[in-house]
Amino acid sequence: MTPLVDFSRRYHFSASHRLHVEHFSDEQNDETFGKCNNPHGHGHNYTLEVTVRGPVAPDTGMVVNMVDLDRVIEERVVSRFDMQNLNCDPDFKNVVSSTENLCRAAWRLLKETSFGTAKLERLRIEETINNFFEFTGENAGEEA
Amino acid sequence: MILLTRRADFSAAHYYWNENWSPEENLRVFGKCANRNGHGHNYTLEVTVAGEVDPVTGFVVDLKKLKDVMNKEVVDIYDHRHLNHEIAEFKHRMPTAENMAISIWERLENAVPRQLPGARLQRVRVYEMDDLFADYYGPATVNA
Repeated sequence: MTPLVDFSRRYHFSASHRLHVEHFSDEQNDETFGKCNNPHGHGHNYTLEVTVRGPVAPDTGMVVNMVDLDRVIEERVVSRFDMQNLNCDPDFKNVVSSTENLCRAAWRLLKETSFGTAKLERLRIEETINNFFEFTGENAGEEA
Repeated sequence: MILLTRRADFSAAHYYWNENWSPEENLRVFGKCANRNGHGHNYTLEVTVAGEVDPVTGFVVDLKKLKDVMNKEVVDIYDHRHLNHEIAEFKHRMPTAENMAISIWERLENAVPRQLPGARLQRVRVYEMDDLFADYYGPATVNA
């Protein structure tokens, strides 16, 4: 019975997207997505907050080594989406590139990742400082 | 039940070093954080308490009293100190954000209900930097 601590780290990436549903009419897309449906796309500076939960290792005082966490998040998520058009990513071939779906895509990219003795607890993506989305995946009994 | 959170700031020095390891091993695991001359951070502490809203005052707790407890039990003790050298709990516990969250919980868990009747400690969050923080929800959060 080891007490668990959540360790969180924030990362940044910039990407463009367009919220659009193929089988909607132009009017439906405009009505649903408004400015976000601009055919040329638009972009955001996203902030990804990754939380892992685990026991604190007695010899390091850490839940996870920040350097290792930074490397894996950079490799698996940030480098994939940074300076890209999300709509061109295979993950958004069949779903809208909303930040809700971006949370789920990032979760899928990380769910099999080993964080040592820690486990992925929560992802939070801030699309702007006023809009953010959180996903806890299987912790809330949901498939990404 | 309502959750109420108060923030406080303090500045302190620390370094990471495990006496049982060689200097090379310390440098490999802790990198720049192993500089034994120390380095420092502006920490932000967030303390969340849970309780019912008093029908007369509309308060969960008197925020001034919560501030006083945080100052007396934590901020006045940690602020402008070297955590490794001057704070008892970090003589044998690495002063990481994770361990600081646990240590601050231990400093507050009795003081909060004693000083703030009706409230209980819900969460301690320690920001070491804007993009790095640890949360502790108490010893009840354990491995299943």
